[in-house]
Order: sequence, then C-alpha cells, then structure tokens
Amino acid sequence: MVEVKNLTKRYGNMTVVDDISFSVGEGEILGFLGPNGAGKSTTMNMITGYISSSSGTVTVNGSEVLENPRKVKSSIGYLPEIPPLYVDMTVKKYLEFMFDLKRVKLPKKEHIDEVMRLVKISDVSGRIIKHLSKGYRQRVGFAQALLGNPPVLILDEPTVGLDPQQIIEIRNLIKSLGKKHTVIFSSHVLSEISATCDRIIVISNGKIVADTKASELSSSISGNQKLSLDIEGSQGAVLDALKVIPGVLKIKKQRDLDDKTSRYLVEYQNGVDIRRDVFRSIAQADCVILNMQNGNETLEDSFLKLVTQDQTKDKTGGAR
Amino acid sequence: MKAILKRELSSYFNSAIAYVVMAMFFAFSGWFFVGTCFVSNSSSLSPTFSNIFVIIVFITPIISMKTFSEEKRQRTDQALLTSPSSLFDIVMGKFLGAFILYALCCMIFFVYGLVITIFTPADWAVIICTNIGLMLLGGALIAIDVFISALTESQLIAAIVGMAVGLLTYMLSSISSMINIDWVTSVLNSISFTAYYSNFTYGMLDLSGIVFFLSVIALFIFFTIRVFEKKRWS
Repeated sequence: MVEVKNLTKRYGNMTVVDDISFSVGEGEILGFLGPNGAGKSTTMNMITGYISSSSGTVTVNGSEVLENPRKVKSSIGYLPEIPPLYVDMTVKKYLEFMFDLKRVKLPKKEHIDEVMRLVKISDVSGRIIKHLSKGYRQRVGFAQALLGNPPVLILDEPTVGLDPQQIIEIRNLIKSLGKKHTVIFSSHVLSEISATCDRIIVISNGKIVADTKASELSSSISGNQKLSLDIEGSQGAVLDALKVIPGVLKIKKQRDLDDKTSRYLVEYQNGVDIRRDVFRSIAQADCVILNMQNGNETLEDSFLKLVTQDQTKDKTGGAR
Repeated sequence: MKAILKRELSSYFNSAIAYVVMAMFFAFSGWFFVGTCFVSNSSSLSPTFSNIFVIIVFITPIISMKTFSEEKRQRTDQALLTSPSSLFDIVMGKFLGAFILYALCCMIFFVYGLVITIFTPADWAVIICTNIGLMLLGGALIAIDVFISALTESQLIAAIVGMAVGLLTYMLSSISSMINIDWVTSVLNSISFTAYYSNFTYGMLDLSGIVFFLSVIALFIFFTIRVFEKKRWS
C-alpha cells in the first residue's frame, strides 16, 4: 500500500532523514516512534508530498508521489502535527471547504455528518474553530483527514494535547479505522504506540533503528528472558541454588537490599519457564524468595536503549 | 480553485477587512470625486481616476497581505499543499479572491457616473475604459502583493513591502526623469505603471497597456507558484 524506498532528506549539510525504507500493507497500523527531532514529521511530510525528498521514492497504491502527486495526495488523509485549521471558520464550514478542496465525490452533507459523528464533534459543528478547546481542534483536524475515506491515513502525533479520556477515544478510533485503512501514526509516547499498533518502527537521528512487531520490540533488543528476584539468604547459597537450574544462562547480583536480602537478575533461555524450579531450588537451599518478577525490559527501556545506542554509535563512528 | 476562491471571499466578508477596505476606498474616491467634479464644476472623471492610483497602491497590499502569509503562519498551507489541488489552482484561487474584492471597490465609479448624469451626460467611454484600466492596474499590483505575501509569514511585512513596491511603481516615471542615462530611462519608462494607466484615464483602450498589465499578472502568478515549488524542492 505504502512503500518507502531509500528516502533521504538533506537540508544543506544536515541529513534529517537518512536512507529510510519500509513498507506498510493494507489494513496495517504502523507506529512511528522516535524522540523529538528524530525525523518523524519530515518523513511524513515527504510521504504526503508536502516537501520533496532529496532522494528515494514513496509509492502509494502504485503511484509515485512526485510523479503523480494528485493521485497520491487524493488517497492520503493527513493530520499534520499542528492541525491545519482555518480558525475563523465554523467547524462545518471548514469541513465543507476541505471536502471541496479534496475533490471528494461522496454525498457532501451525509459524509460530513458521518465524519463529525465518528470523531464526536457534531455538537460543536456550528462553532467557530477559534473558540474551541485544544482537544476539539485536534478532533476537527482528525475529521479533516478522514474526509473522502482515503485508503491511507497519516497522523502526526494525533493525541498530543488531549486529556486521558480523549486519548483513549482517539486510540480506539485509530484501531477501528485500521481495519479498513492503512494507518501510519507517529508519537514519542511509547505506551500509546504499543496500545494501538501492530508494528513499530523506531526512528532515531533520521535512521530506522528497529522495525518489529509491537510485542517483540522488547525481546528483540534484549535477547534473553530475564527474571528479577529478591532473595533472603547468604549469597553463596543462593548463587549455588540458582546455578543448577536448567536453562539459566547468567546470574547477576544487582544490589543488597538489606543485611540479608539481595536482588538478583537471572537471564535464561527463551521459551523456558524457570519460575517453579527457582522456587523449589531456593526453598531447598533454605533461602526465601521475597519478590519475584519479570525482569524483561519495559518497552520504555528498550526504546531508550535503542535510541542511546544509536547516538553513541554516531559519536564513536564519527564521520557520517 | 473554486473551493479556495469561495473560502477567500467568505473570509474577506466574514471579517472586517472587506468592509474596512471598501469604506476606505469609497471615502477617498468620493473625496476626489467631490473635489474634482463638484467643486470645480466639471463633468470629467479623469482627474479623479488619476488621483485614485495612490489609494490603490495602499489598498491592494491590504487586500492581499494575508493571502499566503497567514496560511503559512497558521500552518494551513499544509492542508492546501497536500490536497489534490494543483499549485496553479491554489494561487489562482487566492489571486481571484483578492481581485474580486478589489473589483467590487472599483464599481463605485459607475455610481459616480450616474451622479454626473443627474446634471449632465457623463462620458461613459472614459468611465468604462478607465475601469478596465483600473482592473488591470489593480490586478497587476495584487499579483505582486500575493507574491510578496507568499515570501513571508508576517502579514505586516507583506503589507509594508507591498506598499513600498506599489509606491515605487507609482514613482517610476518621476524617477526616470531624474536619471540622465538613456537606456535606464527608456527601461524605466517602458515599465512605468503610471504611463500605461494614464492612457486609460483619457478614454483610450490601449493595447500595449493591456498586454503590459496582463504580462505582469501572469509573471507574478508564475513567480508565486515557483515560490511553493522551490519550497518543496529545497
């Protein structure tokens, strides 16, 4: 549906987006994740044809964006970071204008009413956008992107400035839209992406540093499974007891919690569940497990690791 | 183009701009009309028409200052440029919106013509001819101002630069008379807005004037399109 190949954007000597390639299939929700200034918006602007790429191609539905901009643009609904609202118009007038601008061929009144219902702005349809709250403005921007039922939706940080209730609503909306549309949406908030997307692309310094399924992001970086244990007992006994458990690869004492208790991090093979063995083995050694929890990195950790890895690589790599 | 034109007109008339501009134009043109026709007991509108150039220099930038600068400031240009409309349609829509408001202002001269007919038959050839000249002159200035507006995010800068450029076009003839270098003088004279325009105020439908003003309009619409193309490609 959307295919991005070797996309690069340079401003003078600065490379903002560096050789990005990925493709998104029909009905897929792709999360675009990265710290501020990583090149997310620039990439989206290139896909939508707002700015051109320095090199590389963007193909939407078989048409290249710079060769056949009209066709590509009419199949994309775009919500930029700052919603493009004419604040002096009423919501309805604005949507009517966008409807005409996009040359939508659907029955005008019904379609606009339907879109307004979908993003829940019917109650403010007669109000001037200037007087609306941030949350409503964001949703008007969202409505504008949905006009004409474009097969591809590109949403640049769609939930910024919304309250938690609205964020959940928008997330659910994105999820339900993902069944019929191809959705690419960006955010620097991880929980948001992991809650909504099938697939995550992590971008840092203009480069893709990870492209995985949402559920695999964490393990794809850390490799092995981890278990975090707080155990009361002498260190030697604990280590001996843990060592003999099949599947255990590495044991690390992280820190002492008090005189008798320490926290250990146990790395073990994927696909094995060692929790029961750990319990029995520690009990046999006459030690006590006070706390046992999944030691896998949270998505947040993985993300930070990815991004900082990339930055240190850049520093040590030097010439770019 | 139709969608943009419609929005432009509604934004002019839903805000104070259209009314302020029209009131200002009517007031000053009325002043000139009274001053040259009533006070000196003349039925000729030609002096009124030649005086009005100065007012147009100030009015056209005010009409067109927000065309693109405001879009850029509010980031609504993103909606325009990612829509399936072509750049030509977008720029033309903006230009025509500003031009129609300006054209409405100029319609007042037909009213003055009617006022004259109360006392004596009016010279409709001059009135119609000058109105055509006014449209062309205003169109050229608006095209320039729209171009200036596309270069900046600030309405104020667009307006001030637009007025400066307008005044410059007004003064071209007097500047050229102060310069002694032949070729510079002839170049300045051949692009003198006042010279082309004054032919219309005498009731002459001057072909070279028509071609000149239309070329300026086409040139600056083309430049404006290039501004956005360049932005996309830089």
